[in-house]
Parts: sequence; C-alpha cells; structure tokens
Amino acid sequence: MGRTLSTKEDAGALFHSLRSAYAATPVNLKIIDLYVGFAIFTALIQVVYMAMVGSFPFNSFLSGVLSCVGTAVLAVCLRIQVNKENKEFKDLPPERAFADFVLCNLVLHLVIMNFLG
Amino acid sequence: MARRLAGFLVLLLVVSICEAAFLFQPISDSHRSTALELFTPDHGSFKSLEETYEALRTFQILGIEKKPDLTATACRSISETVGSSSSTAKDLFYALKANSIAECKIDKKASKGIISRLKAAVSGASSLLDFYYSVGGLVLIKDQSSEADVHLADAEGVFRSVKAFSQSDGRWRYSSNNPESSAFAAGIALETHAGIVSLASSEIDQSLISTLKNDIIKLFDSIEKYDDGALYFDDKLVDGHEYQGPVSTTSSVLRGLTAFAAVTAENLNLPGDKILGLAKFFLGIGVPGDAKDFFNQIDSLACLESNRVSIPLILSFPSTVLSLTRKDSLKVGVSTVLGSEVPSLTVKLVGAFSSGSKDASLVESQELNFDKTSGLHILNDLPKSIDVGSYTFVFEIVLHEPKHEEVYFKGSQTKVPISVTGLIKIENSEIAVLDSDLGSIESQKKLDLAGKNAISLSANHLQKLRLSFQLTTPRGRSFKPHQAFLKLRHESKVEHIFVVGNSGKQFEIVLNFLGLVEKFFYLSGKYDMELTVGDAAMENSLLVAIGHIELDLPEAPEKAPRPPPQPVDPYSRYGPKAEITHIFRAPEKRPPQELSLAFLGLTILPLLGFLIGLLRLGVNLKNFPTKPLPATFAVLFHVGIGAVLLLYVFFWVKLDLFQTLKILGFLGGILVFVGHRILSHLAAASAKLKSA
Repeated sequence: MGRTLSTKEDAGALFHSLRSAYAATPVNLKIIDLYVGFAIFTALIQVVYMAMVGSFPFNSFLSGVLSCVGTAVLAVCLRIQVNKENKEFKDLPPERAFADFVLCNLVLHLVIMNFLG
Repeated sequence: MARRLAGFLVLLLVVSICEAAFLFQPISDSHRSTALELFTPDHGSFKSLEETYEALRTFQILGIEKKPDLTATACRSISETVGSSSSTAKDLFYALKANSIAECKIDKKASKGIISRLKAAVSGASSLLDFYYSVGGLVLIKDQSSEADVHLADAEGVFRSVKAFSQSDGRWRYSSNNPESSAFAAGIALETHAGIVSLASSEIDQSLISTLKNDIIKLFDSIEKYDDGALYFDDKLVDGHEYQGPVSTTSSVLRGLTAFAAVTAENLNLPGDKILGLAKFFLGIGVPGDAKDFFNQIDSLACLESNRVSIPLILSFPSTVLSLTRKDSLKVGVSTVLGSEVPSLTVKLVGAFSSGSKDASLVESQELNFDKTSGLHILNDLPKSIDVGSYTFVFEIVLHEPKHEEVYFKGSQTKVPISVTGLIKIENSEIAVLDSDLGSIESQKKLDLAGKNAISLSANHLQKLRLSFQLTTPRGRSFKPHQAFLKLRHESKVEHIFVVGNSGKQFEIVLNFLGLVEKFFYLSGKYDMELTVGDAAMENSLLVAIGHIELDLPEAPEKAPRPPPQPVDPYSRYGPKAEITHIFRAPEKRPPQELSLAFLGLTILPLLGFLIGLLRLGVNLKNFPTKPLPATFAVLFHVGIGAVLLLYVFFWVKLDLFQTLKILGFLGGILVFVGHRILSHLAAASAKLKSA
C-alpha cells in the first residue's frame, strides 16, 4: 500500500516539479512551445477527419498533415537554436535562427500549397 | 486493169483446203447506217480533204446516195485548194482524190498550174511521202483533166529513188534519215511505183519491176495470222507517232498490191489462201467504230471485190444455234465480201461431225434448197441422226456454170460449228429412303421435277437416301448433261453438293449416311434438298427445290471437325457497330457538407488556442523599434511575410507554379533584404544591451 501510494505520490511530485521547472523557462521558448502544440493539434484534428471520411483526396490530406508536422519540426529546431542553455549553438545569434525558421517555413508552405491541389 | 489483176489473182483458183471455220458476215445494212453516223461532217464540211475523200469513197462503195450539199462543200474546198498557190503536194493529192469521186470541174489554167507544181514536187522530193503525194497527184490529174501530156521525164530515175528506200525484208523506210521501216510504208511505196509506171513516157526496165515482185513476196513472208485464218500485216510499235495499227497497215499494203498488179503485165504468183486470209481479216472486224478504220475496211474489201477475176465468196449464217423444239432449219447465205449478188450456185452439206469426235459423218452429203424470196440456202429438216449437242458441219459451194469458176473464188470446204438444242425429257423421278442393311424401302415418293415439290422425309444415320430419274433427248437417246448436282443445305447454312452419276439414261445417286456422318459434321436437323440439271444444249435446264429431309445423326465426338464458319452477313460484320457510351468514373463519395464545415471550425480552434495562449503568456511588442528607419524595415518585413502568404493563397486558388515562382522571387528578394536589415539591427541592439 505504501508502494502504490508512493508511486502515486511520486507521479504527483514529478508532475509538480515539471510544472515549476517549466515555469522557469524564458517566455520566447514558451511561445515556441505553444506554437508547436498548436501545429500538432491541427495535425491531429486532420487525421481524425480523415479517419472519419476516408482519404479520398489523399494529396490534400498529406499536404495538410505534413505542413503541420513540418512547421512543428522547424519550430523545434528554432527552439533548440535559440535556447541559451544549449552550448552547441552559443555563437549563433537568435535572429539568424529566426531568419532561417522564416525562410524554411516559406519554402515548406510553397511546396505544401503546390501539393494541396 | 482487169486483165492484170487476172494474172495476179489467177492462183486463187487453186483450191486449197481451208481448215479454219469461217463465220464472217459480209457487209450489210448495219454498215451503211454506221457509215452515215461516222462520216457526218462537222458544220457541213470535214476537217480536212483527207477526211472528205474518205467519206466520199466510203459512200461510193457502200452505194449510199451522195448528199448534194456534201458534194457542194467538197467541191468548194477542192477548188480552194487547187486554186491556192500555197497548197502542198499532200493537199493537192487529197483534193484530186476527192475530186475523182465528187467530179467537180477544174479549169484548164488551174490544172496546168497543178501539173507544173506536182512535177516540180517530184523532182524536189526527198522522202517517200513526198514522192507518194506528188506522183499520186499526177496520176489523178492525168485522169481528170483533158491534158494528155502528163508524163514523168525521168521515170526510171524516180523509180530508183523510191526503190532506194526499200529494205531487204520487203518493208520500206520513210526517208533516208529515219531507219525505221514499216509495212505501211511498203504499201505506199507500191502505189507510188504503180503510179510511176503508169506515168512513164517510155518503158521501164523490166528487171526493176521484177525486183519489186521479189519485195512483195518477201513482204508477204512477214504476214501475221489469227487462229480463225485471218491474215494481216502489222508493224512493230516502236514510236507511237508513226504506228498505224493492223487495219491501216494491211489496207495500205492491199491498196499498193492492187495498184501495182494493175500496171504490170507479169504474174505476181501470190498464194490464193493469203488473199482469202486478208479478206477474212477485214470481214472479221465487224462494224468498226472509228471513221479511219471503217474507210480502210471498206476500201480494202472494194479492192478485193473490184477485181473481175476472183471474187471471194463468203458463207454467212443467220444463226448457228438451232432448236429442235422450234424445228429450226439450217439457213446459209452466200455473197461477196461487200454483200453483192452471186451467180447461181448450190451449197452442199458435205458432212456433219460430233464435236471432238473423229468418227464418220453423221449425215449423208446433200444439197440445200435455194429459197428465192429470202436468197438463202435452207436445209429444211435436220436429219434424224442430229440430236442435241454441238457439231461441226462442213459445207461446199458448187457453181452452176463453169465460166464462173474463173471469176469467183469459192474456197474449199468450210467448217462451221453448229449447236443444236432441245427439250430434254425428265421421267421416272423418285426419291426414297432405304434401310442400309437390307436395302428395303422405308419411304418412297414420286417427284415432279418440272413443277413444285415439297417432299418431307426423315432418316437416321443408318439409312440411305436414293434419288433417281431418267433423261431422254428429243430423238430418244440418252443424254449426259454438264451439271447434275444434288445439294443438301442444313439449317445453319452448311451446304454439301453431290454429283449425280448415270448409266445410260438412268441417273441415280445413293447417299449412305453412315459414311457421310463425319462429312456432315454430325449436324442433325432439317436439310433442304435441291437438284440442279443443266447443259448448254438443254432448253429446260432446271434448279428445283425438292423438299427437305430430317436427318438424325449421332452426337459429335470430342475431336470431330467443326463445320466451317458460314459467311457472315457483310453488313453485320462491316456495318456500324453498337454505339459505346462512355461510363465515367463514378465520383468518390464525399462526406456531407456539414461534417466538413464542422471540421473546418475544429481546425481553427488550435489557432485560437495559440493566440489565447500567447495573450496569457503576456506577449508584447515592446521590442518593436521606435526609430523611423528600423521601424519601416520592421513593418516592411512583416508586410513582406504577409504578402508571401497571400501569394500562396493566390497560388492555391488561381495561379500556377511558374507565375508564383516569378512573383515569389521578386517578393523574396525584397523580404531577404528587409529581413536582413531589421534582424541585424535587432541583433546589434541586443549585443549592445548584453555588453552594456
């Protein structure tokens, strides 16, 4: 009984510590996290829709899902590069990373728009 | 002239066996009516004097009355040509020829002028045709005008010049430049030689004339032959321009021969059957459709006829097919080539032989009766020995008076193919179905082959079918027709044909179905029966449907041959096919619109969630540059991104990739520049802040 309880307590304690640690992250990183969450959510909704109605214009489904996933991936890359605690990208100015992010997004969306049909 | 021709044609009296059948019709009224049609002048006058002459000569020979306006227009053109000083020797020649028939008057002055001009033409002639026209013209004007003094000064010289054009094979060339020789030119040359001899003031060396005789004999070596005995002259077709055709060539040679024979005292020693062959050639043409051929034919036949010594006699037959049913009698006509009267003679039927057999004659030698009203010799009743079929009858002409033997050439025996037809009696026709083993009759029916039949029989594969009938000729003999077939046709249009054999008069066919099962492809069912009996000599050939027979054949085994495919109705195979309507791909099932719209709304939700989250996080625009230049750049940067996204929307809606890329390149360039400026400005600002 004590073990299960401790597991439950452990889970609760873990959750709380995560929450508090997350609160300490800088705001710009939180914005990016929010963006990623938004993108993934949109993708999920599209998958659910496809599951309901069938994959008839499959290219449209793919382009929709891939646009969301692609932009999420790019945002994650941006987060890695902008994070000050990341020693690897110490010398990369965050503006440069942002410019890369914008450019890659524009290219991704061009391709997506072409594939959308 | 007659006496000369006597010498030339006296050899024809030698009776030579004429092997070929001779079925040529002499000139008749159909010729006369065709002549009137062919020789109609164009607007009252002919195109040339040559044609005028041909028309007049043809009408003269055929005995057609000369129309006065035709003569008048002919006289006009003749006097025009004669009076004109620019007429060539050829024009004068044909004008004088036409005048010999039309008999228009030529005044003394004009004729004197003509004579001098023609004499000058003779001296100046270089080719065969020049000599021909000039010498011929002189001969004609000598006959027509009152001038007695028309002579050739150097006749022997002119003779030699013309002879110089001859070749060793009896043909002549047209000129010394042209190496081509032809028989047509030979005929012209002979006429020219004849003219020279008649115009000569002194006797021409006989040796020269003898050499001409040899040329004629050599020319006759090149004569060509048709199977029916017709002989003709033809030249090789080398140059189409010069080629005249067998009719013109043969008639030219004949004219030359006749003219030459008229002037020489010597005997030309030509074989009689050659002359007869030439007559056959011209008669064999029938009624030509071309004016030139017509003239040549009639003129040549007149040459053959006009000799008073040996006129060929022609046997003609109104009909060579006789019907026993109608009791036709065999009629024979005898006339000269131009259809003129002949002296009294008798036609004898020497013999009749069955075609293809070498047995003795079926009839005795007998004379035919002469019917004065129709002018035909008639054999009133066909002998009993002549039954239906084809025969060769042999005839002979017997002249009544011996003195006529010298004048007319009657040839020798003439063989004529005669067909005799009649009604064939078909009797005792019956059809029966027999049992195979015993031969006993299961069902038997009588047939009436002359009328309608609708027999209905049935048989199985163990039985036999027998059809029998008898054929008898009108004279009571047995008859074997060319065709005696029994045809069985199945419902599926598969047909089988069997030949009906005979022994004597009895015709019988037995179909043993046991042996025919495989031939019939094991097809059971209803077969239509059809009998065909036919022959050229049978007036009542028949093709009758007898009826039908139900055949019960066993089942086909695995390996049995299939019946051949029947010809398909061509319209169904080659006609238009059924129209194909295109079936379009059924469109995919789309979800109901409400569901789609609901999900559209649901997709917007995360965006809203993002915006709300941003607000909760407390985003602000404090870092937005305040100084005007960076601010402009910042604004432009955001506007640029917005413009690109708007471009993408347009790309999805309307534009194509190339247009989009073009605009994107343009916008992208701006965006990169502006973005670089603002971001480097921001980087510089934050670096300054860090260091500070």
